[in-house]
Amino acid sequence: MEKKFGLPKTMKDVVTHYCPGCGHGVIHRIVAEVIDELNIREITIGIAPVGCAVLAYDYLNIDMAEAPHGRTPAVATGIKRVQPNKIVFTYQGDGDLAAIGTGEIVHTAARGENITTIFVNNAVYGMTGGQMAPTTLIKQKTQTTPFGRDPKSAGFPLRVPEMLKSIEGAVYLARETVISPKNIIRLKKYIKKAFVLQMEKAGFSLVEVLSPCPTNLRLSSIKSYDWVRENMLLYYPLGEIKDDS
Amino acid sequence: MKNKILISGNEALAEASIQAGCKAYFGYPITPQNEITAYMSRQMPEKNRVFIQAESELAAINMVLGASAAGVRTMTTSSSPGISLMQEAISYMAGDELPCVIANIARGGPGLGNIAGSQSDYFQSVKGGGHGDYNLIVIAPSTVQEMIDLTFTAFDVADKYRTPVIILADGYLGQMMEPTTIIEKKETLHVTKDWALTGAKNRTPNAIHSMYLGDGALEAHNEKLQRKFQKIKKEFCLVEEISTNDAEIILVAYGTVARICKSVLRKLRAKNIKAGLIRPITLWPFPEQAIKKAASKAKFLLTIEMSTGQMVEDVRLATEGKAPVYFYGRTGGGVPKEEEIISIIESKL
Repeated sequence: MEKKFGLPKTMKDVVTHYCPGCGHGVIHRIVAEVIDELNIREITIGIAPVGCAVLAYDYLNIDMAEAPHGRTPAVATGIKRVQPNKIVFTYQGDGDLAAIGTGEIVHTAARGENITTIFVNNAVYGMTGGQMAPTTLIKQKTQTTPFGRDPKSAGFPLRVPEMLKSIEGAVYLARETVISPKNIIRLKKYIKKAFVLQMEKAGFSLVEVLSPCPTNLRLSSIKSYDWVRENMLLYYPLGEIKDDS
Repeated sequence: MKNKILISGNEALAEASIQAGCKAYFGYPITPQNEITAYMSRQMPEKNRVFIQAESELAAINMVLGASAAGVRTMTTSSSPGISLMQEAISYMAGDELPCVIANIARGGPGLGNIAGSQSDYFQSVKGGGHGDYNLIVIAPSTVQEMIDLTFTAFDVADKYRTPVIILADGYLGQMMEPTTIIEKKETLHVTKDWALTGAKNRTPNAIHSMYLGDGALEAHNEKLQRKFQKIKKEFCLVEEISTNDAEIILVAYGTVARICKSVLRKLRAKNIKAGLIRPITLWPFPEQAIKKAASKAKFLLTIEMSTGQMVEDVRLATEGKAPVYFYGRTGGGVPKEEEIISIIESKL
């Protein structure tokens, strides 16, 4: 009998530490499927961030490094420059990429570094217990915005691909979500395109993924998906934001 | 006769790094080490090697982390404030067991300080400027020739022990020009880096990380690191001793100050004062045995630094109370003068 569905080769057969309902598992799997389909597992090197995905090297069946918080694209740069024919990607959360690592992501894009970034935005700090993220929505309550995010004191949420759009070295910027099978299919298409562009040495590519964090949104898994649909999608429009391919 | 060239300490270090097989250099401009970055920006691309002017010292050292994880010889250079910024990643690399060479062409601090040479980063280099239980191998050249020779050594021991190595020089050594032997390609250590991230082809994946969450896992990892540091202490310690055999007075100084002390020594001997010099070349591991031995027969030791007194603490520990240890230092770009040192010694006699 032909096996129709199973674990991608790029995923290890282990139980992850992610909470029930968390988007990371789906996103890991999509990245793994893309790597399998492009047949690049043996030449791909990933860089895990500091944040909930810090243990990605325990789940993905590829060579991986774990970077200091926010410096993920700099570590990727070092790896890629000395091995330009390898496929290098970073997997970063909103704190890692859009708060502490803003400088690194901007300049990695500015250099047109031929790497791919998977940017997981769940509008909250997960691993540290639910503090405000740079992508936390206005009025959203978190551990450190107990009265809701007030732009007068806490500023406005960052739209990362839109911010990077003007940078010439960034060739592909897209945003999708994991809240429905339809979205997941489109997300996989974007991630695949980003990796293919890297294989073609086109330059810097980034796919943002809007992802539910039921634990820190203090919502059930299903309601956290609804929350992403009803709140995040209004502020973070989906689609290919830049495509210079 | 060997050919000699006149070259600055900074350029000598840069060229030696290239000859030692440095495949990737990442830097950020800061005085007084800019000659290194400039030299590398021209020479590395010509040799099809990697040069990046990073957006910050944070990025530069993390690019080093990446290149080292990928298995190549790599380095960054900076000066004191920039080295402060790098401490987090240096701690990671110690935990990751990633080899690299970091040259600190030190300047005066604290804060922005000034751009004159200084030895006030001794504590940061030797005691561990970043967080966690770790040591760095710290090598302190004293001449432009040593900026070359010890750079080769630095790359070799970094690879041998899988650990970051600091070359701690200062702005004077970086800027001064001296005749040196032409830098020739030397035999360097070749180690197999089967831990490197090169793509998991026909093997299980490699992971480079410093996080150990399991019960007791970090303790076990740290104990493993400590065994390595103890091994380094046993195997790798460089020191120069001059006229210590019959010395009653021991000067202890490294780097630029040791050069001054060599002149002082000649003048003291001319006055029939039996003085000797111990010059630590590795600041970690520290030459404890040489100092302990000298202290057992010396009237006193005098530590001289371009700082307000940092290495002197290790000198005191090494003497185990066998002889008094005095200190003389200049700070903020000040350089101890020969006559100042001589008058202190004469006042203690």
